[in-house]
Amino acid sequence: MAIVQALDPVAIRADFAIFEREFRGRRLAYLDSAATALKPRVVTDAMAGYMNEYSSNVHRGIYEIGEEATAAYEAARSKIAAFIGAPEPREIVMVRNATEAINLVAYAWGRRNIAKADTVVVTEMEHHSNIVPWQMLTQEKDADLEFVSFDEDGHLNQDSFEVLLRTKPKLVAFAAVSNGIGTINPVKEMVAKAHDAGALVLIDGAQAVPHEPVNVQELDCDFFVFSGHKTLGPPGSGALWARREILEEMPPFMGGGDMIREVHLRHTTYNDVPYKFEAGTPDVAAAIGLGAALDYLTDLGMEHVRAHERDLISYALETLPEKVPSIRIHGTKSANDRAGIVTFNLADAHPHDVATLLDREAIAIRAGHHCTMPLHQRLGEEASARASFYVYTDREDIDRLAEALGKVERLFARPS
Amino acid sequence: MDDLYRDEILEHYRNPHNFGTLDEPTTVKEGANPLCGDRITLMLGIDEQGHVTDVKFTGRGCAISQASASMLTDDIKGKSLDEVAKLGKVDVLDNLGIEISPARLKCAMLSLETLKSAVGDRVAWQGSFDEA
Repeated sequence: MAIVQALDPVAIRADFAIFEREFRGRRLAYLDSAATALKPRVVTDAMAGYMNEYSSNVHRGIYEIGEEATAAYEAARSKIAAFIGAPEPREIVMVRNATEAINLVAYAWGRRNIAKADTVVVTEMEHHSNIVPWQMLTQEKDADLEFVSFDEDGHLNQDSFEVLLRTKPKLVAFAAVSNGIGTINPVKEMVAKAHDAGALVLIDGAQAVPHEPVNVQELDCDFFVFSGHKTLGPPGSGALWARREILEEMPPFMGGGDMIREVHLRHTTYNDVPYKFEAGTPDVAAAIGLGAALDYLTDLGMEHVRAHERDLISYALETLPEKVPSIRIHGTKSANDRAGIVTFNLADAHPHDVATLLDREAIAIRAGHHCTMPLHQRLGEEASARASFYVYTDREDIDRLAEALGKVERLFARPS
Repeated sequence: MDDLYRDEILEHYRNPHNFGTLDEPTTVKEGANPLCGDRITLMLGIDEQGHVTDVKFTGRGCAISQASASMLTDDIKGKSLDEVAKLGKVDVLDNLGIEISPARLKCAMLSLETLKSAVGDRVAWQGSFDEA
């Protein structure tokens, strides 16, 4: 069967300045996009455009460049809303990253709505950013924090989830896609079950928004967060979406400028959503950069992005065990419910040594626990290696990875 | 890539010296590198004159951290605590004899940090990126 390549990674690489650099005489095989994505020139140009041509504050200046800055910042908000299918731009709160968005919800919504003996449910495969804020909240409130387990194949255990839902949790929070093992979770089904049990649902979309079409209205969740820097955008950009009625009810997160309507010495009335949650001068350049990144991805087509990565993960799951006999790949072997993330261990070489040796071949992978220590406890590994893909990745990158891993394997197996 | 890890390092990694436990250690100290999960438990036997009479370690980790622990524990046997206190980053890097990138320095220094902590000297090594 011929594989239709909807994306052309070689052509796409021409849009990224970093691929003009040589590393040890070779093109970089960047296989750490799950940590952060590379940035196309359209993003850096948009940011430089703001910095060089209209770098004024937003929502203040009654002069031309101030109005341009406000318009560009608000255009970015509209692009984010459109990209994730939010009903209206004012339901988008601009934040630094997914971590800040989750903390915002835990602090502003959580402190008002979670009381003693209430339950918050998360999963064992969450990123630390979707565990620690809930630990802090439930410890403060003397509430319970419960975890959905996952099975050998990297799938969330739905029986365990349903048992936990019987405790009538106030909130269920989980990742649409696991950053640790790449599982694409059945978000829609789980949201429906959680709603039936009376819980609100927060979806961590950090690994979903960059890699597949997302529509928060179809998912029917209540909160949704993602990071711009994993979505071809700059660090310092990200968003929280929540249903408008929830945002209206939520108290502010941080106090300061721009989030107020009137300030008196003893009391303050707050601005409308989303500005109520955006105290202080925001990272305007980052927001504008993210807007440009979302335009770029929209032009590529998110269905095509997913199809491309599905092809890559399928190829990797087939190729790596052939070329690297001692590899142990964690998580599901089905490309249908796996994002472009291969997490693995070699029998004789520690992930750190693997990453260091691959770096010598201009291949960048992640080694460590990927901010998922509970997940690694479950896998029975202190650390793992992770290769992750994006629009500029092609089969040649995976061939280079397989070849280099073969060399590492032979080096460590060599009798001394 | 073959030239990066010298055979000596791989040999120490596969067959670390002084790996195991002491029955009656004077001091036991655990060290961990939270970034990567490398762990070490160091056991020291120290006599009344303040000499290291024996040392053993257990742990899991990468070749750099394990080889570095293997070599360091060889170095300190029979040394006085004063001499041990003088050991520093340079000695560990000399032992390894390979290029250690800033990101891997914590792996290399885990055994030294744990040793310094075990002998009550916490000041020896600060930060992973200075003088790297």
